[in-house]
Amino acid sequence: MKPFDYVRPRDLAEALALGSEPGTAYLAGGTNLLDLMKIGVARPDRIVDIGRLPGLAGLDWREDGGVRIGALVKNADLAYDARFQRTFPSVAEALLSGASAQLRNAATVGGNLLQRPRCPYFQDLASACNRRAPESGCDALGGETRRHAVLGWSEACIAVNPSDFCVPMAALDAVVEVQGPGGAREIALEDLHRLPGQTPERETALEPSELIVAVRLPGQAAAVARHSRYLKVRERTSYAFAVVSAAAGLELGDGAIRSARLALGGVAAKPWRAREAEAVLAGGEPSEARFADAARAALAEARPSGENAYKIELARRLIVRVLQQALAGAPETLPALPGSPLAPAFGNRHAA
Amino acid sequence: MPLDAAAPRAPYVHHGSNAGQPLTRRDGELKVTGRATYAADHRPEGLLYAVIAASRIARGRVTSLDVAAAKAHPGVVEVLTPANRPPLGRDPDQKSGPFGFRIEVLQDDTVRYAGQPIALVVATSLEAATEGAALLDPQYEALPPRTTLESGKRFPAPAVGVSGQARTEHGDVEAGLAAAAQVVRTEVETPAQYHNAMEPHAIVAQWDGDRLTLDMPNQAIVMSRAGYAAYFGIAPENVLIRSPFLGGGFGSKAILNGPQVLAILAARMLNRPVKLALTRAQMFGPVGHRGRTWQRLHLGLDGEGRLTALRHHAISATSSFDTFLEPAANASLHVYRSPAISAETEGVRLDTGTPSPMRAPGEAPGSAALEIAMDAAADAVGMDPLEFRLLNYAETEPGSGRPFSSKALRECYAEGAKLFGWAARPLRPRQMRDAAGLRVGWGMGTALFPCPHFAAEARATLRADGTALVETAGADMGQGAWTALAQIAAEALGLDPAQVEFRSGDSSLPDAGIAGGSGHAASAGLALHNAGQDAIARLAEIAMRDPRSPLFGADNIGVVARAGRLHRRDDETRSESYADILARAGQAAVVGAGRMQRDEEAVKERAMYSHGAVFAEVKVDPDLGQVRCTRLVGAFAAGRIVNPRLVRSQ
Repeated sequence: MKPFDYVRPRDLAEALALGSEPGTAYLAGGTNLLDLMKIGVARPDRIVDIGRLPGLAGLDWREDGGVRIGALVKNADLAYDARFQRTFPSVAEALLSGASAQLRNAATVGGNLLQRPRCPYFQDLASACNRRAPESGCDALGGETRRHAVLGWSEACIAVNPSDFCVPMAALDAVVEVQGPGGAREIALEDLHRLPGQTPERETALEPSELIVAVRLPGQAAAVARHSRYLKVRERTSYAFAVVSAAAGLELGDGAIRSARLALGGVAAKPWRAREAEAVLAGGEPSEARFADAARAALAEARPSGENAYKIELARRLIVRVLQQALAGAPETLPALPGSPLAPAFGNRHAA
Repeated sequence: MPLDAAAPRAPYVHHGSNAGQPLTRRDGELKVTGRATYAADHRPEGLLYAVIAASRIARGRVTSLDVAAAKAHPGVVEVLTPANRPPLGRDPDQKSGPFGFRIEVLQDDTVRYAGQPIALVVATSLEAATEGAALLDPQYEALPPRTTLESGKRFPAPAVGVSGQARTEHGDVEAGLAAAAQVVRTEVETPAQYHNAMEPHAIVAQWDGDRLTLDMPNQAIVMSRAGYAAYFGIAPENVLIRSPFLGGGFGSKAILNGPQVLAILAARMLNRPVKLALTRAQMFGPVGHRGRTWQRLHLGLDGEGRLTALRHHAISATSSFDTFLEPAANASLHVYRSPAISAETEGVRLDTGTPSPMRAPGEAPGSAALEIAMDAAADAVGMDPLEFRLLNYAETEPGSGRPFSSKALRECYAEGAKLFGWAARPLRPRQMRDAAGLRVGWGMGTALFPCPHFAAEARATLRADGTALVETAGADMGQGAWTALAQIAAEALGLDPAQVEFRSGDSSLPDAGIAGGSGHAASAGLALHNAGQDAIARLAEIAMRDPRSPLFGADNIGVVARAGRLHRRDDETRSESYADILARAGQAAVVGAGRMQRDEEAVKERAMYSHGAVFAEVKVDPDLGQVRCTRLVGAFAAGRIVNPRLVRSQ
């Protein structure tokens, strides 16, 4: 690979100063960046290893029942935290449905928010990719597009965001805390990832050298704790990215849905919050028909970017299923195959 | 070697010895502690690292390479391209026998498939070589690749697999189909499959004058020396191949490939040891794969559901420049009784690397198609799939009429069906759902595989201390040869496996043939067995001629070797230890040799196959289209089981 400098800053201030130089990449768990460096898609001149910065690896429970998650908390540590699993079960399920045990032990929450696309054309240097090389074209268009976007895409880019974690986090109104040379600011997770438009190379709302230090879940998000699920359709039952995934949460009372939260994964360049569907659900009685209406509302704007029209119908059916399962209630313990619609076929439970 | 005390001892152990015991792997501790050295673990002094630059187009020509940029990168020592590649002792465009393929070793600028080597960068570190390869920035003149059945050029097959017949017909298939009450037609397409083993291909090549040492995973250690030797104009005896451990082979590590030859060439050119390890991505192209197939079957059925004719036609894909055709159609020749059977293969040329033998070539995609066709036929005649197969059971080998050396397929069907609970299967499809609402399907199929034997040799040395050294150049791809072959040798020698030192995986040892086609244990194992028996016979000879031995004069009665002692066959109280016999004779050792030589007359008389039956449960989520196999039961009649633990782990 290309030679690079490796620097390990002592504190956040030093990290931010180092990060402001062009050609620098922050390294945390390394589960995405290092792979991209090996295949030549990422070619930084300098790596700033933030993996050991102090104070960024803790869970901080708030008075309102919400939680502040340090950016360096490992995926596995968060997913297996007993209180977190109880309070935000769909997030824990999403985390455990992703990658492998080894990767979850290394990957961090902050890094997960900034995963790069898994579009094979993005990863293949011989293919044109506007995201990797601005204005070079998009070889995915008209290519192998079974896994590509059906919402929010443009002719410039049809890649999807691969994160499982981001999907329930978007549904639950997570807020990203950012530090930069100009100080601290907050970004709603829903606004962190950008749709491609004509500038797919600008993937997030972060400015150069800005660093995610934490992500917060508000206490209000815990209102759906007892009725939330994450489901993920994939081509094998583990160690695979979502074809389509869905996170749902229902707040029930007096036989009606007081409020609903719904987001989709694998369908767009960002975790897709389905607010139109939430509006269809809120205030009504839970029923198969209402779930189907919500599913239609969620995909109303969808259109295939290639040979992926099936994902639209699949997403509708998955929404109905995830709402049914959310209505039935979050399981006491996570299923042995987290996020899998086939978990009941195997029966056994996850040893959390 | 500790025995598993909890495991039951097989009842058929003879001579109180070893075959049939569920021993744990002799190499297990080395492997789990990381001390088993694989090829890429070798780092001889002065080692250089080679990295392939692979074509990113599938057809065309390389018009430029930025060799200067690669060479300017710190650590890069040399860049091999068609412009400076030294000559080879053999034309790589010539086919060199059934196991030898045309290879790409930078002989010209043509690109024949994606992933073809177009340059080799050699550097003082892996990182420098990798970056050097990335800096080559190849430019291409690309042509449209032919990657579909429609765009490829079709041709009549000269042969299939390794020297298999491309066209076979027993009986009159046309007449059988014409006379059938109904004909069931089935089409099956199977994708390309790549033997991308846990250990990708790797080689460390070292020259010492005109002697060459290769650390590499290899499934045919002695035989393959000749191939490497020919490319470098040296005698096969000058090549030493060391391959004690292979991280999976699946057939691909029995075949010489271009990247290996380039690494050896670089080592000679630079006069330093060179290591080349393919990346996982580079495994898709220059090192073989199972080719795609398009198969059509016609099954003629009489009014009772008996086959009147079976026709299996396959189109098998190969590369544009060499031919290996998956013998899929031939999988239908030996399974079911039918008065007429034909198997025919055509080829189609695509812009891919050349396919090669991979894990049951022919049987894997061919029997899948045959079993799908059998299910369709059972459905067409309204019969249970198992009942239909039993109705068409072959009592003798279809076509030849030869009796089977053994065939316990009926027992496999019965045992598998019982374990699975097959009798509860509804005849019509779409009848079963589980508690969660998933649709449930049950299916079954027949397995058949031939019993090949290859020429093999071995040596067994009984030593003064009563222990033994046995030697053969075998290959353990993970299947357990280190353990099973030692058990066979120990049994022949009448010793506990712990008293047997086994040397293997080195081409200076007696030739153990090829570890492929599921024939290694039978081939190398029989050579070891014969070597052990030869050593015992020589030892017995010494004892029986020695008046001071209790075995003196036992020539006509014979002796039995057990637990490190020879016993008089008619009076086992008269015995003597191996060590005592050798000590009195003043000999440090006695050496026996053995060969595996198949009795060709016996082979002509009997058809030899292992058989099996597999039962599967599949669940389908009807809304989300998710499909998972939730249960699989297999019952196999695979001959004598040398080590049940190893067999179960397969």
